[in-house]
Amino acid sequence: MSQLEAILNGIFAPGLFTSEPVRVAFLVGGAVSVVSAVVGVFTVIRGQSFAGHSLGDLGTTGGSGAFLVGANPLWGFFSFALIGAGAMELFGVRRQQGRDMATGIVLGAGLGVAALFLYLGTVERSTTGATITILFGSMFVIRASMIPVFAGLSVLALVLVGLLYRPLLLSAVSEDIASARGVPVRAIGVSYLLAMAIAVSLSCVTIGAILSTATLIGPAAAALRVTKRPGLAFAWAGIIGLVVTWLGIVLAYDSYYWPPTGRRWPVSFFVVALILSVYLLSDLSSRLSARRVAARTTKAP
Amino acid sequence: MFAGFMVNAWIVATMVAVVAGAVGFFTVLRGSAFVAHAVPQAGFAGAAGASLIGVSTFAGLGAFAVLSALAIGILGKRGRHDAMTALALVFMLGLGALFLSWNQEYASETFALLFGEVLGVSNNQLLVTGLLGVASIAAIAALYRPLLLASVVPDVARARGVGTQSMELCFLVVVAVATTMSVPVVGALLMFSLMVGAPGAARLLTKRPLLALGLSVAISLVIVWVAIAASYITNWPIGFFVGVLGAVFFVAARGFASWRRSRPGHAARAPLSTALRLEDQVRLAANGTGSRGPEGA
Repeated sequence: MSQLEAILNGIFAPGLFTSEPVRVAFLVGGAVSVVSAVVGVFTVIRGQSFAGHSLGDLGTTGGSGAFLVGANPLWGFFSFALIGAGAMELFGVRRQQGRDMATGIVLGAGLGVAALFLYLGTVERSTTGATITILFGSMFVIRASMIPVFAGLSVLALVLVGLLYRPLLLSAVSEDIASARGVPVRAIGVSYLLAMAIAVSLSCVTIGAILSTATLIGPAAAALRVTKRPGLAFAWAGIIGLVVTWLGIVLAYDSYYWPPTGRRWPVSFFVVALILSVYLLSDLSSRLSARRVAARTTKAP
Repeated sequence: MFAGFMVNAWIVATMVAVVAGAVGFFTVLRGSAFVAHAVPQAGFAGAAGASLIGVSTFAGLGAFAVLSALAIGILGKRGRHDAMTALALVFMLGLGALFLSWNQEYASETFALLFGEVLGVSNNQLLVTGLLGVASIAAIAALYRPLLLASVVPDVARARGVGTQSMELCFLVVVAVATTMSVPVVGALLMFSLMVGAPGAARLLTKRPLLALGLSVAISLVIVWVAIAASYITNWPIGFFVGVLGAVFFVAARGFASWRRSRPGHAARAPLSTALRLEDQVRLAANGTGSRGPEGA
């Protein structure tokens, strides 16, 4: 019995489940990664990874602006992700050709402004930790009082994706067919950008503004490697998102005892590393199974 | 502003602007803004790691930038290119965060690596930057024709025996080299802004490839010089000025291009060279050289 206890203690460091910040991290981090994984399925299908990433980077601008004026960073992330989505739409995100450029220009300007805000903020308050928190997140400092806000925004994003499900799928397959069938392609695109902005600004808080792409793209891309059916892909993406985030939290909590000692490794690092490995594994397995199918079809004429 | 300690800053920034303008021209042409965004951020992880174990920043930057460029090129060939790029990018950033969290005095260094630091450029750094800059300009000059063909008209390139796949890899390595020299100065996040804003504006102003390349270099020089001067006067981070000026130039070029198009009688007055799209011009030039030998252009 004591052996089992020792093993359990090795995996889950003592105090993991009794600590209040860790419980909040499990709850909020888990919910946020499920939401952004689900929203991310369409980001991957529509090939908007760069746009999703840029929304997160623009969140940096908002987060640092909020830090400068002393507001809650979540609102900074959210409002700037919204502004960014609007600007990208205005500059022509719809056309495949100019999309990369438009996104890049908005992103570059946003990062420039973020640099200024962070500089002014650190000069004014002479605290430097904020840069790290805004850019790379810190799940263990989320206040429990913010849980209702996170829950509300999560539900909003999920409802949006649920409502947009069919028209989004149709316009992802073919914009022409969709508009011939009377789907307002542009309005759908804008609403989807809104859902993406919500999901990204939530994960800006948990795993950090410039890492938020990981939870948006990673689980979804891995899920689409495993299955081609959109419904199943949503389920897979949600599960992968939840598992990597929780595992990341546990590992980060344990890493207090790892070298170089005395400091916890950042949660965001574990989450991102786990997401990349899940994607690479799913890629490998899908390629292996494709080869097996090919071998079978050539053997049996 | 031109005091002794600023001279190195001006020289380094000028070299960075020339290289970013030239490499960025191809970045925009190939539509690989995302890659140009990803490689510098991978370099950030390398620089953070190098400072942790006490090696030169350039070594870490270079190793990580080249590795990530190759990884994106090779792994992204199959499957979803943009998803792979995004994941490689955030993993590198996460790694950078980890390295920095191990380091004791990380906050100010993070800021410099991400958003740039022009002051305090040492003579040694000047030398390395110069060598890398010359290497990337030489590579762009040597690859100019095949890279242009492969970027703009891949079918013609393939018909002439230019491997589009190997051109992609060559281009990624050039981006990595340009990144290595630029990131310590303009920062990992803003390197990209320089590589997209100026060439994007140039591309809107002219359709002749060589002229666009020159214009791109010129605009990026203006951006960097103004940014240094403004940063010196206000003491604000240089990245702010680089990012915002890039967007300003792009928007201005866009406005100018649409104004020029909307003028009455535009199509009738325009010479043939401006009526053709850049793609068609390259195609024409390629066919022309086919009969006249490789030297004609």
